[in-house]
Order: sequence, then structure tokens, then C-alpha cells
Amino acid sequence: MPEVRSPILELQGITKSFGGVEALRGVDFALHAGEIHGLVGENGAGKSTLMKIIAGVHTEFSGRFLIDGKETHFRSARDAHAAGIAMVHQELSVAPDLTVAENVFLGNQPTNALGLVQWRRMAREAGEQLARFGIDVDPMTRLGDLPIGLQQLIEIARVLFSGARIVILDEPTSALSPPEVERLFATLRRLREEGAAIVFISHFIEDILLVSDTVTVFRNGRKVAETASAATSKGALIEAMIGRGGEALEHSYTDDLMLPQSSDSAVILKVDQLSLSRSLKDVSFEARAGEVLGIYGFMGCGQQELSRILFGKLKPDGGTLAVEGEPKTFASTAAARRAGVALVPESRRDMLFHQEPVYKNVSISILDRISSLLLKPTQERDIARRQVEQLQIRPPVVGLDLGMLSGGNQQKVALAKWLTYPPKLLVLCEPTRGMDVGAKNDVINIVRDLRARGLAIIVLSTEPETVLSLADRILVLKRGALVREFKNEPVSKDRLLEAA
Amino acid sequence: MASSETAFAEAHRARGLAPFLRSQMRNIAPFLTLIFLSAFFAFASPSFATLDNLGNILTQVSVTGIIAVGLTFVILCAEIDLSIASIANVTGIAVAYFTLQESYVNIANVPLPGAVAIVLSILLCALLGLVNALGLTVIGIPSFIMTLAMMQIAAGISALLVRGQIAYKVPGLITTLGSGSVSGIPWIVIVAAIMLLGGHLVLTYTRFGRYVYMVGGNREAAEYSGLNVKLILGAVMVISAVCSGIGGMLGVAHFGSAQQNEFDTYLLDSIAAVVVGGTSLFGGRGGIGNTIVGLFVLGVLNNGLDHVNIDSFLKILIRGLILLAALIINVYAQRLREKAAE
Repeated sequence: MPEVRSPILELQGITKSFGGVEALRGVDFALHAGEIHGLVGENGAGKSTLMKIIAGVHTEFSGRFLIDGKETHFRSARDAHAAGIAMVHQELSVAPDLTVAENVFLGNQPTNALGLVQWRRMAREAGEQLARFGIDVDPMTRLGDLPIGLQQLIEIARVLFSGARIVILDEPTSALSPPEVERLFATLRRLREEGAAIVFISHFIEDILLVSDTVTVFRNGRKVAETASAATSKGALIEAMIGRGGEALEHSYTDDLMLPQSSDSAVILKVDQLSLSRSLKDVSFEARAGEVLGIYGFMGCGQQELSRILFGKLKPDGGTLAVEGEPKTFASTAAARRAGVALVPESRRDMLFHQEPVYKNVSISILDRISSLLLKPTQERDIARRQVEQLQIRPPVVGLDLGMLSGGNQQKVALAKWLTYPPKLLVLCEPTRGMDVGAKNDVINIVRDLRARGLAIIVLSTEPETVLSLADRILVLKRGALVREFKNEPVSKDRLLEAA
Repeated sequence: MASSETAFAEAHRARGLAPFLRSQMRNIAPFLTLIFLSAFFAFASPSFATLDNLGNILTQVSVTGIIAVGLTFVILCAEIDLSIASIANVTGIAVAYFTLQESYVNIANVPLPGAVAIVLSILLCALLGLVNALGLTVIGIPSFIMTLAMMQIAAGISALLVRGQIAYKVPGLITTLGSGSVSGIPWIVIVAAIMLLGGHLVLTYTRFGRYVYMVGGNREAAEYSGLNVKLILGAVMVISAVCSGIGGMLGVAHFGSAQQNEFDTYLLDSIAAVVVGGTSLFGGRGGIGNTIVGLFVLGVLNNGLDHVNIDSFLKILIRGLILLAALIINVYAQRLREKAAE
């Protein structure tokens, strides 16, 4: 597709490091008018960093940056915007309390001579713009009343119609339903005809192959391949993404890994037809004692919602939950805890008390087991000391404020909360995210030890390595639905990515 | 294990006094304020630093102290209760309403035995607290708005009960506790001391007290630890209302009358006592010890300004400025603490 003409955007030898760690190493990248350019790579491969450089978010880097052949240096996102570059970030950034029309015109509402907003004109023009996108909503409805997918489409529409000639879309389809994805693609194609250049980042390789003209693959901060979409396949792209031959220091899980014979121990958790508005659709599975069940899926696939439902923090719209055969509807997280369910969420900040000492963090969820009315601080400290010793938490001082511990040690404290009186079911979200190799191995050993003690464990992660290193059985969650189960069979990173 | 722990603790201490003082700023600053104010008034007026006057100050802060016990629980949970003064007022009026008044008091009241009157009044304030609790937790109205509405509701009930009249009689027990004394010490001071002590023991030594601090420290984490956060928030709202009710009943006996708008100044005084004492408005830090220091700061300030014979209109302004200074310290202390934790 790319014809022989000069690119509107050209990057040469871009290198960018964060605190000594190189996120991009000598990357060349060119973008032409009338092109949709797909970008793939694992988390942390450098795609987002490169896009943030283009959008003027990161301003410190080395290498050449040319627009229309002229060397340019953006000092802020505002500069990039003025040069006709717009970006839709992965996280929704809309104003849910304003109307649809106000969101479409955010920051540049049409005004009359007195500086008053021309509401009628704004509503009419917003309606026209959205109609071009195939969105038929009353521009005067409150945006927050619309479904999330539609909100995201409106945000994308705002950026697409802002007059930008270079549009960057970071994971735009994760919250969209198939017909909405179709609508988005139709609009992207139309904009391409009008001469815009579009960068499209996605984990969904089928989407990339479907809509883009060119695909670039990133791995470990390097551009490893650039090819016409028509000339490649999903398998080839996945292979380029994860690489053979082990560039990584850790176990790369590129080779097949045999999952063990499925266990027939007692069913601890039975989930049947669970659904939650747009996040989960008819999810059914079982978790057994002495088994680690891995649930893998991309960001936004509904994992987070699923874990919150299991711990009573979210209420499902439909479906049932049973713990050891007993149907449960958790009115609160306290009810879930009493039923023997424990959760370690992906964010440590969410479950730890940074201004309190380590021992209070460890004892908080078991206080009712050790004291009925009066606290027993000596016993609390003893329990915490045992956990600190067992999990090798450093420094081994239970009276220290939690905030003074390193991230990996905080994650161990988050686990330690549940270990003195082990639950029946332990739900772990991203248990090793952001940890160094040593701490990761520690956590893996803790989980294996708990499995040996007969707990049912569910590990939810967006990183294939995490699931592969821990799970005995793996479910793949895609856009809120379970699409594949791996059990008693060989599995590898590309097989997981292929399924998701 | 133990030896390495001590070694580390020593190494930690060796980091110096300054970081420690910075992290303790919220406790130290109110105490310094108290010492400074006391010294100032002792110099400025010979009648200030006397044993008699200490008794005065204690008596003057007693009703505020009783109300502030419950409010401390609420603020530790990072919530607020604006209905405390109104609930104090309506409870004081209720206990008089259920007591036989002299014939010249023109209130269509319902005379009951003293014990019944007291129990009914406490039930009334507990019920109002429960409404606050349900509004906050079940419906999800922010406490600021919910208790603002309750402030009006309680004032409305007060108005309906007394209809602009003044009642004087309250049950004997209340009269004794509110205005009597034992071997020279006013009962109301003893009650306030007992309630403050009780509040302190609950917050420091019970499981519930720990939950209050943890919910205030990080509500999300408390929920992820499997605590019933709504139950704890509901409980502190009821505790606050009951403490206010007790303060209201004894206050009515102390003042010698029950009437509309009698407790209006106690709303600001109680909040000021808790916050000036150094309990964090963001929750999770502080306690009854801080509230006691705060009560003394306010008590010394109010009493001392009378002793130096200052323009009574200026007095209001000075109180406002002191409160502002305390708020600045409160917010600043939180920031220092967060910095120290990083």
C-alpha cells in the first residue's frame, strides 16, 4: 500500500530511557498520509512510549523527529496538537456529567459575539458529526448515561473530527462490541480516503490485520519488523512479538508447557452464567481444591470485574455463585471473607494501609479470629512476625510503617494478610506485576505452597508469563466471555495469545 | 529475629530527631499552642492561673467534651457530623418534655417517671443517629449533606416539642449529673472525663476502635480486607448522636432550662476541639488524646479572653483566627506525614 512519496511524519534513531532503563533503542518510524499503520508488541515493548513521543507527552529523547520533512521538537502535547496530531488514550477521558455535544466540542464550544455558548448550533453540529460515524444519539443527553462502548466511540469521534491529520488510537477496541468495532473501522477507512494518517495500537491482532495497511512489531524497545498487512499472518506476528531464542533473561514460555492431569478434588467455587452489563457475558467455571486456575485475557477483558464479583465488591447482573456447593450472594466483602474467599487486587495501594505498621496490615483481616472485643497486640505481632519470617519480608520489622517497604515486599504483605487463617478460595490479580525476578520467584513459591495446602487459587493476569508460571489449568477471557480452556494439554505463550 | 529487629529499630532511630518530630507534628503543635496560650493568659491576668479558674475551665468545656467524644469517632472515619448540636438540643428538650413541669410552663408535655424519660430520650437520639447512618451507608448520601438535613430535622422536632416556650424541670438524675457536684468536683466534669476515657479505651484497645482507624486510614483497603465498612460507618454515626444526646441532657440541667437553639454554638466548638487537637480531617490519625488537648485550647482561649477583658466582638474574630491556624497545621501535618512515609 505505501506508495513512493515522502512521509508526513518521520522518526529516526529514537532512543528514550526512564531512569537508566532503555524503553526505546534506536527506533525508526515513518507514517504516510492516507495510511493506517498497525502497531503490535507485548506490554512494555515500547509502543506506547513511541506514541507518547509523537503526541508530545514525552519531550526528552534522542534522535530526529521530522514533520513534513522539517525537523521539529515538541515541548508539550499542546505543540503536537497544533501540528495536527491527536491521540486517544487507552483510558476513557471524557466528562461523564456533560452532554454528548459538550464532550464533542470540549474546549472549543461555538460561541456568539458575547462569548455565550451557542447551544443549538453546538447540538446540531455534534449530531451531524456523530451521524457520520453512524452514532445516532441525542446530542443533549448526559454522556455518562450512555454505555461505556458508546462513550468510547464518542471520544474517538471527537478526536477524529478535531481536524487532526495524524491520529493515534491506543487500544481503542477493548471496550467495544463487534458491531461498534465495525463502525469504528468503517470510519477509519473513510478518514484514510480523506488523507489522514492513523496509528492503530491493539492486542487484537485480527483487528490489526483487518484494518491496517502496514504493521510494525516492537519487542524490548526495538522495532523488529515492518511489513504490509496483506503479506503477513497472525502466527508470524506473534512469533515476531515474543521472539525465539530467548532475548529475555527469564523463562520466556515460548515452548510448549504441559499442563498436569486435571484434578478431581472437591469443587470449591462454582460460577454459573455470571454476567455484568457490558463487562461479562455468561461466564461459567469451577475452581477446585489444590488447583491453581489461571484466567488470562487482555486489559479490559473483564478480569477485574470478575475478581470483584467473587469478593463481593461488585454485584453481578445475573448468574450464580456457589462456595462448596452453597449458593452465595455476597452483600459485602465482609460476607465474602466469612464465606472463605480472599482477594489480592492488582493495585497494592488498594489493599494496604501505608501509614500503619506492618503488623496491623497483616492482622486486619483476621482480627475477629484473634480477639472478640479487646485487641491482643502481642499476639498480633507474633502472627505478623511468623508471616514475615515465612515470606522473607525485608526488613523483618513488624512495627515499621508499611510505606517504608519496597514494592515487592508490600506485595508479600498483601498476601500475608490471608495466610494465617487460609481461605478456601484465594483470588490473585496480577500477583507478580512490577516485581523483580527474585520477588517473582518468591511469590510463585508461596502460591505453590498454598496449593499444596489444599486451597483453591485463581490467578488473573494480562501477562501470559504470570499465568503460565503458576496455573494448572488456564481459561482465556475475551471481551467478557470465556473462549478457551487449556487443561491436560500443551500450552505456550503463542497458543495463549492466539486464543485471546 | 528479635535482635535484628532491635538493630533495625536502632538504625531507624539514628536517622535523627527531626523526622520523628515532623511525623509527630499533629500531636506536638496543639500541645505547644496550649502551653503558649496558658502562659500568655497567666502573665496577662493574675486571676487566670488559679485552681478555681481551672475548675471553671473544666466545667465550661464539659458539654463540648461529651459531644466531641462521638465526633472524634466520626472524624477519624473521615466523615463529618453537622447534626451534633441539633441532636443535643432535641434530646435535652425531649428529656424535659417527658418530665412534669411547673404549672406556669405552657407546654403540652407527657410526664413520665425519670428513668423512662431518660431511656426514651436516649432512644430518640440513637434513632436520629441511625437515620444519619442509613442515609450515609444505605442510600449513599455524603455525611456532610445527610447531617445537614438532620440538623434541620432535629431542630424541627425541638421546635414542635417546646413551641417557643422554655421548660425547666428534668429528671433528678440528670439534674444531679448536670448541675450537682461531689466533694467540690462538678458531676458534669466527672461524666465528661469518664466518657472521654471510655472513648479513648474503645479507640485504643478494642477491635472496633482499630476498625475505625483502618476505615479512616484507607477505606478501599478496609473493604478489600473484608471489613464491613458500612457497618462501621453506621456505628460511628450512632455513637456520635448518642454522645450528643447525653451532652444535651446534661447541658439542659447545667444551664437550668431547655429551649430552642440553646446549643447552636456547640457545633462549631466541638468540631474545633477535635480538629484543633490534631485529629486528621482526612481520617485515620488522631484520637481522644488530641480531642482533650483541643478542648483545653478552646477552653483556655474562651476563658482567658474573658480574664483579659477584651472587646467581646474581637473575641469572636480571634477564635476564628485560631481555628484557621489549627486547620492549616492539620493539613500541613498530613502532608509532612505523607512525605515522611515515602
